[in-house]
Amino acid sequence: MQRSNTYIILFSVALTIVLGGLLSLASVGLKPAQQKQVELDTKKKILGAVMDISGYEDPNKILSLYDERVESVVVDINGDEVTTDEKGNPVVAEKVNIQKNYRFDASERLYPVFKFKNDPSSDQIDAYIFPMFGAGLWDWISGYVALENDLNTVKGVAFDHKQETPGLGARITSEEVKSRFVGKEIYEGSELVSVSMVKGEGNSGLTDHQVDGMSGATLTGKGLNDMLENYLGYYQSYINKVKSGNGKVALN
Amino acid sequence: MSTETAEVKEEVKKSSEALFSKRRKRIVSDPLNEDNPITVQVLGICSALAITIKMEPTLVMSIAVIAVIVFSNLIISLIRGLIPGRVRIIVQLAIIATLVTLVSEVLKAYYFDMYKVLGAFVGLIITNCIVMGRLEAFAMANKPYDSILDGLGSGFGYAWIILVVAFFRELFGSGSIMNFKVFEAIGWESFPTNGLMVDSIGAFMVLGILIWVQRSRTGYVEH
Repeated sequence: MQRSNTYIILFSVALTIVLGGLLSLASVGLKPAQQKQVELDTKKKILGAVMDISGYEDPNKILSLYDERVESVVVDINGDEVTTDEKGNPVVAEKVNIQKNYRFDASERLYPVFKFKNDPSSDQIDAYIFPMFGAGLWDWISGYVALENDLNTVKGVAFDHKQETPGLGARITSEEVKSRFVGKEIYEGSELVSVSMVKGEGNSGLTDHQVDGMSGATLTGKGLNDMLENYLGYYQSYINKVKSGNGKVALN
Repeated sequence: MSTETAEVKEEVKKSSEALFSKRRKRIVSDPLNEDNPITVQVLGICSALAITIKMEPTLVMSIAVIAVIVFSNLIISLIRGLIPGRVRIIVQLAIIATLVTLVSEVLKAYYFDMYKVLGAFVGLIITNCIVMGRLEAFAMANKPYDSILDGLGSGFGYAWIILVVAFFRELFGSGSIMNFKVFEAIGWESFPTNGLMVDSIGAFMVLGILIWVQRSRTGYVEH
């Protein structure tokens, strides 16, 4: 049956309004739950870099654990603390979007640092967690690298990726690959050398700065190496400040 | 006006049909086997390849697809008399896209881990030919209840196939079922997982074998 043009236009407008309204309603209604999920995901990753959180199923437990154990600070490329953005709004480390910052020049980015305490009541910082971002083979990869309080030894890592190949590059998120980084060192004397993944799998005679590679995922490994080297470099001024002990940043 | 009254009469007459009459049972059972959207019509292959590495995301994807097919079938069937023929494809797409976005938002709010795994693929349900195919072929011309049944049939027809594919891919590719390490559980620690199975090539092979088995059983031949 042929309908008039007026009917078709009216029908389309009505449909658009109804569907659009439905979508905005859902978007507004689900926003708090979604934000909580994103927050939980970030905090899980941060904690996951230093400890095994698989025993914590309840989201609220993870959040309270995070509040107890983790302090955060945001620094710039010179290692100085940043508390407000250019508009004067306070900067919260957990809210800093590493991916968005990645688009800016390295000297203009914000670098959050998360400080982990084994004992919630003491002032002793037991690990420093540095978020990172880089390019894998197909799309972005990101990571949280935790260093012991000597700021040299790797305590743990957590990586994430958008679409590395499952079973190949995507293995960077597996426990087995992550555990290869534990105990490695990023400094040789006073020089930053980072930790890098070698080509091929099953290598022997690895130094303190090398980890075994992933067979079939050499390019993801390369992206990972670049990310680690770049970001450890960006954090170096902060690391030096903490090490030399004059960094008030580290003690507050 | 006269046509409208005729339609109403027809519906009244048909509503006396049994809730699960033979015809209605066939609407549900045909796509499960003889007219399966994946193995016979070979639709929705892209998602069948992409998300079947493990069973858990496959299950979530199945539920999402079933929900989208059933509700879009229902909505289109309810307003089928109002949809102008010339823009019907756009209307169908708009409704599918809305439902898919809703599913995606709900996943993001309550199953964030799954949302991260499935990510773009949930959005790609929009382009799943099965959904639009059912709207155009069935819901545009049938009553709401029948359309729901048709949606369920096609949805489950899609679901069981991708679940079978995922079962074999996870079993041989990761040595587990629903993330439960079966081979370790039965004491075969050194089970060699097959890297081919986690790749899309593995899905092609499993799917190919499935299509072969199913077609030789039903005797379906492509002309």
